[in-house]
Amino acid sequence: MQSKKQIIAFAALAVVLAILPWAITGGFENGKSWLRAVDFALLYIMLALGLNIVVGFAGLLDLGYIAFYAVGAYSFALLNSPHLAHVLPAWLMNPPLLVMLLIAACVAGVFGVLLGTPTLKLRGDYLAIVTLGFGEIIRIFLNNLDRPVNITNGPQGINNIAKVNIAGYDLGRPIEWFGIVFDTVHLYYYLILAFCCLIIFVTLRLQRSRIGRAWVAIREDEIAANAMGINTRNVKLLAFAMGASFGGVSGALFASFQGFVSPESFVLMESIMVLCMVVLGGMGHIPGVILGAILVSITPEILRDVINPLQSAVFGKRLFDPENLRMLIFGLAMITIMLLRPEGLWPSKRRAREFHEHDEEAKA
Amino acid sequence: MSAPLLKIDGIHKRFGGLHALNDVALSINAGEIYGLIGPNGAGKTTLFNVLTGLYQPDEGSFSFNGKDLFRQKPYVVVESGIARTFQNIRLFANMTALENVMVGQHVRTAAGVFGAVFRGPKAKAEEAAIAARAQELLDYVGIGKRHDELARNLSYGDQRRLEIARALATRPTLLALDEPAAGMNPKETDQLKALMEKIRADGVTILLIEHDVKLMMGLCDRIAVLDYGKKIAEGIPEKVKNDPRVIEAYLGVAPE
Repeated sequence: MQSKKQIIAFAALAVVLAILPWAITGGFENGKSWLRAVDFALLYIMLALGLNIVVGFAGLLDLGYIAFYAVGAYSFALLNSPHLAHVLPAWLMNPPLLVMLLIAACVAGVFGVLLGTPTLKLRGDYLAIVTLGFGEIIRIFLNNLDRPVNITNGPQGINNIAKVNIAGYDLGRPIEWFGIVFDTVHLYYYLILAFCCLIIFVTLRLQRSRIGRAWVAIREDEIAANAMGINTRNVKLLAFAMGASFGGVSGALFASFQGFVSPESFVLMESIMVLCMVVLGGMGHIPGVILGAILVSITPEILRDVINPLQSAVFGKRLFDPENLRMLIFGLAMITIMLLRPEGLWPSKRRAREFHEHDEEAKA
Repeated sequence: MSAPLLKIDGIHKRFGGLHALNDVALSINAGEIYGLIGPNGAGKTTLFNVLTGLYQPDEGSFSFNGKDLFRQKPYVVVESGIARTFQNIRLFANMTALENVMVGQHVRTAAGVFGAVFRGPKAKAEEAAIAARAQELLDYVGIGKRHDELARNLSYGDQRRLEIARALATRPTLLALDEPAAGMNPKETDQLKALMEKIRADGVTILLIEHDVKLMMGLCDRIAVLDYGKKIAEGIPEKVKNDPRVIEAYLGVAPE
C-alpha cells in the first residue's frame, strides 16, 4: 500500500513538474522572468545538495562553496565560447553536454580536494575561516587572471557562451514540437530539472550507504570514527570532492543558461545564501534542503515584485530602494525562522526530536 | 610457547615535559584476558591510545599478529585486528544503535561511491549483510531490541554494550576495553563480566583497563600495573596483588 501511494505521489509530482513552466509562462504577465527564477532555483537546489554533503552529512562548515560553482561555470565558459577558441585545440572545444558536465564535475572535484587537503585537521570556526578565504581566492583569481596571459578575461567576464546542443537541437533557439513552441527558458527548465533529479537521486543513494554513514560518523565524533577504522582523511576528501562536483555541474549549466559569466556572480554573499538554504531547510535532510533552496532563491524574487506596488499603495510613493528593503525583509524572515525553528523548516524526524528533547529538558 | 599476539617493547611517549610512557614493554597472548591497572594518571589510557594508533609513540617497537604497527594510522591498526572502546563513551550519538554498529563494519566492507549510487547486486548484498550482521551483534551484547533507538537515548549500561558491539563489528582479534565497568552497578558489572567471558570464548583476545580490582582479579589471566608511565609489575592476579611495589603505588609506602 505504502509503495502504491508513493508511486501515485511520485507520478503527480512528475506531472506538476512537467506542466509547471507552461503554467508559469501562461499564467503570469512576465512569466518568462518567473520561469527564469525557477530555473535558477533548480540550479540552487543542486548547489544546496552539494553543500549539504559537506556541511549536513560530514559536518564540515564550508563558507567558500560558491568557488566550485565558479569553477564549473568557468570550465564551461572557457570550452564553449570564442574567448580561448584560438588557443585551445579544436577537439577540446564545444564538447558534448555529458562530456562537458563530466569535465566540470571533475575539475570542481579536484578543486574540492585542493581545498580539503590543507583543511583536514580543522573543524568548526577555523575550517569556516579557511574555506571563506578559499572562496575569495578563487574569485580574486578569476578577477585578475586576464594578465599577463588573458585566461579569464578579468572583471569583464566571458561572453557569448554557447547554449547547450543536444542531439542536434540547439537549446538557444525555440523549438517546435507537436505544435508547441519550447523557448530557451522552457528547454533549460527541463534540462536543469533532469540534472537536478539526477543529483537528488545520487544524494539519496549516498546518504543510505557505507560512505554516507562514514560521513555522518565523522560529523558525530571524528576520533571515534577514526578508531572504528574509517580512513577519515579519504572520507573527508571524498565529501569535499563530491560536494564540489555537484557545484561544478550546477555552475556549468548556469554558465550555459546565462550565456555570460563574470567573477561578480561568485561573491561571498552567494556562498552564504547557499549555506542559508541548507541550514534553513534542515541540515542533512534532503527534502528540507530542497525546500530551503526553493524558498531562499524564490522569496527575494517574489519580494521584488511585491515591494513596489505595496510601497505605492501604503505611502503613495516609493520611499525605499526596493533592493535594500528586499534584503531587509529577507533577513528578518531568516532570523525569525531560525529563532522559532532552529532545526530548519523541514528537518529529519531525528533532528527534530533532538531539538525537541532540549526543549523538554529546559522545561523540566 | 607460541609467539605473543601483541608485543610492544621500549615504548616511550612524551607530552612536552611529561613522560607519559617510560620504556613500557608488554606482550599479550592469543586468547587471554589481559588486565591493565594503575593509579589515576599512570598512563593506562595513553598506552591504550598508542596501541590503537590514536597516539604515535616516540620510541619503541609495536608488533601485532606478525605485523609491524609502530606509528601506524588508526585505520591500519583496526584493519590489522585491534578494536577499542573509550573510557568516556564516544558513540555516534545521533545515529541509531544499529547504524553505530554498521559504521563499525566500515573497515571490513568495500562499497564505494559507485556501489552506493548504482546499488548493483554486489553492493546490495553487502549492504544487507552489514545490516544483518549489525543486528546479530546487538543481539550478541544483549540490546537487540533497541536497534532503532538513537545511541544518545540508550541507558548508560546499554551505551557501554553498544560500544562493545561497535568494536566487535570491526572483527577484531584483540578487543581493547577502556574501563567498561565504570559507573555500572554490581548487577550490570556481573553481566558485563559474563559478556567479556563470552567474547573471549568466541576467540577474541581482550585487553582491559579497569579500576574495579575485584572484577579484574576474577576475570584476568594476567595483569600489568602501570605507575608514572612505567610498568612496575606483571603476572597472574594473585602475584600482582601481593607485589610490594603495587601495594606501594596504590597505598603509599608501608611503615617500617
